[in-house]
Amino acid sequence: MNNDLLFDFKLDKAAKMVYMTRQFDAPQALVWDAFTTAELLDQWSAPAPMRAKTKYMDFKVGGRRFYAMIAPDGSEGWLVQEYMAISPITNFKMYSTFADKDENREMPGSEWDHNFSEQNGLTTVHIAIFNESLPRLERMLELGFKEAFIMNLNRLEEVLKLIER
Amino acid sequence: MKPDIFQAIADPTRRAILTLIAVEALTPNTMAEKFDMTRQAVSKHIKVLQECGLIKPEPSGREIYYHFNAKKMQEFDRWLDQFRKSWETQFNQLEKLLSTIKKQKK
Repeated sequence: MNNDLLFDFKLDKAAKMVYMTRQFDAPQALVWDAFTTAELLDQWSAPAPMRAKTKYMDFKVGGRRFYAMIAPDGSEGWLVQEYMAISPITNFKMYSTFADKDENREMPGSEWDHNFSEQNGLTTVHIAIFNESLPRLERMLELGFKEAFIMNLNRLEEVLKLIER
Repeated sequence: MKPDIFQAIADPTRRAILTLIAVEALTPNTMAEKFDMTRQAVSKHIKVLQECGLIKPEPSGREIYYHFNAKKMQEFDRWLDQFRKSWETQFNQLEKLLSTIKKQKK
């Protein structure tokens, strides 16, 4: 495994956008499959020790993935992702919302835009996420990462610099 | 609905107010002078900043001084950090998965 592969994470507060970029040492078609098939998504799309379980997935425009993030104690958080646009194997857009176990969605959700490109055998994935509100972002975060969290007081200064920009 | 931090920070004047208050607590009158704004305009911005918890009022004699609430900003920063970490974890999982699949195909 190559640990030098790029991982970039940016927040644009004014625009309410989060941007992520990650490179993978794999062909674009394979990375595309990993993002767009339930079998593969279930193997990586929840941060350990959580796991993801897709109830059903219909990858087409207007189709949905209905899945749960399951915590080690067995508690489940359900989500619905609705596919708004698909251009294999370069782009797809979805609208992600929290839901209950009966698939009742809680609006508003967040808009996710994925872009894939390959160069010299490395595939780059760009993800742009638009969140309507901070309370929602907060919920998105609380879904399972409390255990992993380490407070870093020193970053306050960096945040202040971001605001000044 | 209460304004959230995103809404509060989206406005350039409020960002400027925050930057000033982070250095020293100010009264609404001082803010109005520094930004060449009316008291009413300043009050509106203060209301938004206070409602989302970014600034705190502290009366001193007949004046009210507004302080920067660093704790609130840390909370926000913490959420963001968790989100980043969680995606880092997920992407690392994906990287392992891709490498396993590639080996199987060979």
